[in-house]
This record gives sequence, C-alpha cells and structure tokens, in this order.
Amino acid sequence: MDSKLQKLNKFIDGLDTKEGALITTLHHAQELFGYIPEDVQNHIAHALNVPSSKVYGVVTFYSFFSTKPKGKYKISVCMGTACFVRGAAEVLETFKQELGIDVGGVTEDMQFSLDSIRCMGACGLAPVISVNGKVFGRVKPEDVRSIVQKCKTEGISSGGQGW
Amino acid sequence: MVKINSFKELKEHKSRLSEHKPAEWRIFTCAGTGCAASDSIFLAENFRKIIAEKNLQDRIQVIPTGCFGFCEKGPIVNIFPDDTFYVKVSPDDADDIVNQHILNGQVVDRLLYIDPQTGEKHAQQHNIGFYQNQMRVALRNCGKINPEQIDDYISHDGYFALGKALFEMSPEAVIEEVKKSGLRGRGGGGFPTGVKWEATRKSESDKKYIVCNADEGDPGAFMDRSLMEGDPHAVIEAMAIAGHAIGADEGLVYIRAEYPLAVHRLKTAISQAFSYGMLGNNIMGSGFNFKVRMSLGAGAFVCGEETSLMNSVQGERGEPRVKPPFPAQHGIWNQPTNINNVETYANIPQIILKGADWFSSIGTEKSKGTKVFALAGKINNVGLAEVPMGTPLRDVIFGIGGGIRDGKKLKAVQTGGPSGGCIPADELDLPIDYENLQSIGSMMGSGGMIVMDETDCMVDVAKFYLEFTVGESCGKCTPCRIGNLRLHELLEKISNGHGTMDDLKSLRELGEVIRDTSLCGLGQTSPNPVLSTMNYFGDEYEAHVKERRCPAGKCTSLLRYQISPEKCTGCTVCAKNCPVPCIEGERKVTHRIIQEKCIKCGVCYSKCPFGAISKV
Repeated sequence: MDSKLQKLNKFIDGLDTKEGALITTLHHAQELFGYIPEDVQNHIAHALNVPSSKVYGVVTFYSFFSTKPKGKYKISVCMGTACFVRGAAEVLETFKQELGIDVGGVTEDMQFSLDSIRCMGACGLAPVISVNGKVFGRVKPEDVRSIVQKCKTEGISSGGQGW
Repeated sequence: MVKINSFKELKEHKSRLSEHKPAEWRIFTCAGTGCAASDSIFLAENFRKIIAEKNLQDRIQVIPTGCFGFCEKGPIVNIFPDDTFYVKVSPDDADDIVNQHILNGQVVDRLLYIDPQTGEKHAQQHNIGFYQNQMRVALRNCGKINPEQIDDYISHDGYFALGKALFEMSPEAVIEEVKKSGLRGRGGGGFPTGVKWEATRKSESDKKYIVCNADEGDPGAFMDRSLMEGDPHAVIEAMAIAGHAIGADEGLVYIRAEYPLAVHRLKTAISQAFSYGMLGNNIMGSGFNFKVRMSLGAGAFVCGEETSLMNSVQGERGEPRVKPPFPAQHGIWNQPTNINNVETYANIPQIILKGADWFSSIGTEKSKGTKVFALAGKINNVGLAEVPMGTPLRDVIFGIGGGIRDGKKLKAVQTGGPSGGCIPADELDLPIDYENLQSIGSMMGSGGMIVMDETDCMVDVAKFYLEFTVGESCGKCTPCRIGNLRLHELLEKISNGHGTMDDLKSLRELGEVIRDTSLCGLGQTSPNPVLSTMNYFGDEYEAHVKERRCPAGKCTSLLRYQISPEKCTGCTVCAKNCPVPCIEGERKVTHRIIQEKCIKCGVCYSKCPFGAISKV
C-alpha cells in the first residue's frame, strides 16, 4: 500500500474516537498528500465509517481543503480588507496576467498555483502575498514579475520574509 | 517541571521565581506573526549568536515575546533595564544593538521611532503617541512575557485568578463577579458574559463544554491571534475559571488553521499547563478537573457564528442551527455549552483578581472595560490599540493611529468587518461603544477598524464585502445564499456603469429583506456594508448611476488611463514598469496605452515622472 495511505491509516487508528474526527483527519490527509483527491476521500469515508457523500460535502465546504493538486510554488494573495484598500486587487490581477491562470488555478507545467486568501494577519505589511509560506510585504503590481522570476531562477524556500 | 499541588505552592513558586535575579540586560524581541514575517526570528537568532560569541550569556538575555501591537514599525525590540524601544530592526542590526548600546552605552539613534508629525525622536515606548492613550487590560502581557514559558506568566500573577476562584470563591460568586463587571462579548454580539455563564450553569447535565471561539474570520482583525500568540495562558486560565463557574470539565479552543503560530503557542501553553497541574485532574488540589484541547478550523467565515462552530467541532459542515435552543441548553453534542471569544476570556483573570468594581469603573454606562482595535488600511500606525470603551473615534484614528497616510483626507472608517458598516468622517467624535456604533448603522464586531481615504470608492468597498459574503455564505438559508448574490450582481452593475435608479431602490429593499429573514448572524448583518454606505455616501452611488462616473477614481470599468501627447517625453518609464505590458512607443516618441490590454493597475500613473498620465 502507498506509504502515505499507511501513515493516514496509522493516524486514524490512533484517534481517541472516530466520532467527529472527520475534519481533523482531512487536515492530516491534506498535509500528507498536498490535496485531497477522490480516492483519498473514499478511503477516509471507509475508515471513519461515514458516507463518501459526507466527506465530499465537508471537503468542499471548507476553503482550506483542496481537491486539486497545487503548483510547486503556491502563491497566495491576501485579499483581507486591509490589503484590499492598499491595492491587493491590482496585485492579484497582475499575477493572473503574468501566470495566465485564474484564482484557484495552476499553470500547465505545475510550477505555479494562485489563490486568494482572506487575511494572514500581517496587516502592517499590506498588501501581502506569500509564496510557499514565505511572506512578501508591501507588494506593488510592478513587483509581480520579479517575484515570479525569483521562483523560476532561485527558487523559494518556505518561511521568513521574501524581500 | 514542577507539579503545583495547592494555591500555596503556586504562591511559593512565584516568589521563588522572583528570587532569580534577572540578567543585567534583557532584549525583548517581537515574535508575533507580523514581525516574524519581517524576519524577527532571524533577528533573535542573530542576537543569540552574537551573545554566545562574546560569551555574554550571563549578562544578556534574549526574550521572544508576543505582539507589541505597533505592527507598522515592526520588527520591534525593547531593551531593558533602560526601556529603549527600537523600531524596524533588521537581523543585521543585532550587532549594533549589542556592541554600541549594551556594551558601550550608546543608544542606536537610527533605530529610534521618529514622530511623523513633530519630527521628534523617542527612545521610550511610553513617549510614543501610539502607546500614550492606550490602556492595556487584555493585552497586558503581550510584549512583556515569553509566551512559551509558563513561569513568565506565573511571575505576572498567572493562574492566581484561577487559584482565587477555586479556593476563595464559589461558582455562583464567580458568575456574580463577572455579571457585576459588566463584561460583554468581544466577538461581535456584545452579549453580557456573566448572563451567558449563568444560563449555562443552570442547564442541568452531567457533561458541559467551555468553548473558546478563536475563529477570527473578520479580515483585518488580528487581536485574537495576537492574544493567543502573546499571552496564551490567559485564555487557558480563563477557560478553567469558566469551567469552575459553570460546572464543566472540558474546554475546547476552536482556532483557525490559518494561524499556525497561534496554534503552536497555544499547544505549547496547554501542554505546560497540564504538566504544572493548572489543567488536568484535581487542579491545585481543589478537586476540580478540567482539560482543554484544540479543534482546528478549515477556512470558513461562518464558523465564527457559534452554532456553526459547534457543528464544525463535531466534524460537520459548518452550517448554523436554528436558535433557540441556545448553546447554553443544547450545544456541542447537544450538551450545554458556553462560548466566548478570545478577547472576552483574556479579560476574565483580571476581573477575578482586581474585582468587578475596578473593571466596571472603566468605560461607559453600558459598555464596560476596554476594547482592542486592529487599526489597518490607510492609517499611519497600523497595529493593535487597546482603549477604554467610550474613547472617541478621533482619538483612536488621529491620536493613536497617527492620522491618514500620505497626507490624504479621511473618508470613512469601517468597523465590524463584513457585518459592520462604514462610519463617515463627520461622526469622528462619537464615543466608541456597542450602542453608539449600532445607532449609526455599524457594529463593534471583533474590533477591526479599516481606515479609508478619499481614493477609496464606497461602492467598491460594499462590493468587496458582498463578494466576501457571497463566498462565505454556507448556503443553508435562501435569503443569504441567493439574496446576497443578487445584491452583489446589482453592485457589479452599478460599478460597471450600467446601474439605474431603480437598482438603487432594489439594493435597499433586498438588503432589508436579507437582514430580516436570514437564519444566522452572517446573513442578518451581511447587507450592513451596503446599507450603511448608501446612507452616508448616497451621492457616490448616484454619481455611478447618473453620471457613469466613479468620484474616487477606483471603479476600473469607469476609468481609463491615458497619456497626454503634450507632456509625454517618451522616456519609456511607463512602458518599462507596466506589468502587462500594454504600453507601446519608442524612446523620445509619445507613448500609447493599448486600452484593450490595460488592467488598470495604475503603475504607469504613479511612475510617470512628468505627470503625463491621467485618469479619465
């Protein structure tokens, strides 16, 4: 069996109770797989003894869970109010143009995916974006290309500040 | 680690801690999310490295803390014993702070805060305008203690309120004290906390739950995150006090997965509290049992609504339940459940220690105590400010907040997030409390304050919030699911310049129906951003409809950038900076914007050195 599925099984076996454990399990699954595809949903449904329809219902209800794989570089543009009034919409629009994908999309070469998120709480640095968790603050539309280039040429490791 | 078996032992432990002489120099570095995003973690590492190299570990101690609140100027470093306050400190500055300041006694001038209005430099925190009018009750320990050390919390009277409640007060007396304090819910509704506790106590059941709502979904509000990152034990202590008062043995913190640092700090604090015996069985030998665990949210705004939250805790879709029955009767797994938010809990230990009379002496007649506000948007000092209830909005925006950025004019302050409204500039002298905010069509909400200037379009802002609500509506009830979508379509039509006066009428009517007929708080308040902006900025809506014009120059469909052939020198700056690119033209030849490709980001407009680009 797939080693990730084995890890997931081990996690489920270690739960105190399976009752009400669906969201916790989904968090774990997404950490392991990066997203939650249909076969993993079915696997969880079976293991927790709940209908697949319920698992699907919960996965699609919460924006944190994704049913599609993400790019190597996950770009998240904060669209919280503080970032919005400081020009996040223009930054997001520029990313869409630069990458040629819409929000929630991933480039064909699987290098970039683009998401908008609600608020990452770094309002002092607004507008804020993050690439694989690395935060770039006070981003302007004209910075977008260099951020994308930076990913392509140097790569970006997670955590800390991007600038 | 020591297990503390009685209140007496807790007191002894605290006095033992106070016997430890602190290091001669203490460097407090902010390790909150905002400053960490600006490399404050590397800064702390650099401090440690330099101190180790010079073998100064006995003389200098580095203490990572929670948020200082002054996020605009982060990363923040506070040096003791001389209480020097440094702003915008980069990892490379660690060297100067150690060598120049600590070893040579010379303050590092370039890292001091400069008041933008007076030009004065301030070396001490209490002299900075941002801190002068604040009163820190909930945030008292943020920036003062290491949130990952329970001993630091105990040194600041941590868990003394729990000891007092368990050994010197009956559950009824605790509830009476909280009722008398006048504390009201800090998460939005403003329901009296003591009344909620009493109702949950009176519900008969073998099993009850204490829940902390840490699902801070209001975009632009970050006080709960900062509290959990900066003083997590205060929340745990308050939940245990609530457990004693209500008769519950289990607590649950429902926290956003988007807050990894807060999750980590809280997890650390819970495990320390267990090992010290502040959680678990027979707490401090009192016979009271209480445990706390965490439940992670998954990115749904509606889960901040208490009945949705309960469904989410049970692993379900976070859809609201019909009230009544209230959580106090039928909560998680249908057991009586008391739900308060983070900031509400953070006030509890102080109320127990200092008394209800002290707390109720702060604030206004019906709104007691202080409130933390998250200042963001077009304001100079972005950050967290805690002020007594009843403080005029002007003091917060212009005193603490330092006024509007870039010398622009204040247009409106948005409070209460997607459930609140916009307060126009002429209501600035309004004392902030629950009733006053409601009377002008907004609400306290969780305390987010987004400041907007003359370049912000109120139709666009209303559309922004509606887009949020449409995305976050759970879909259970029709008024919210379909009504808000229709509201959003109408706003879209107006901001595209296709609106009619009838549309404005429909906006209001539909908004009122959604408000009156939705199932939960999210739907009932979702039209507020539309209704309040229509009330105060009706002329802006009319300009979009009658003149097909956006007075703020924000709505992109009604806006075009163009280059004046008279002023353009063909310097190519605009074309080089255009991110699309959609500007053509050769050097020394007048440039031209290809309108079909233009995304109206405004970069060319801000970059042109000759003012040749205008918005029409």
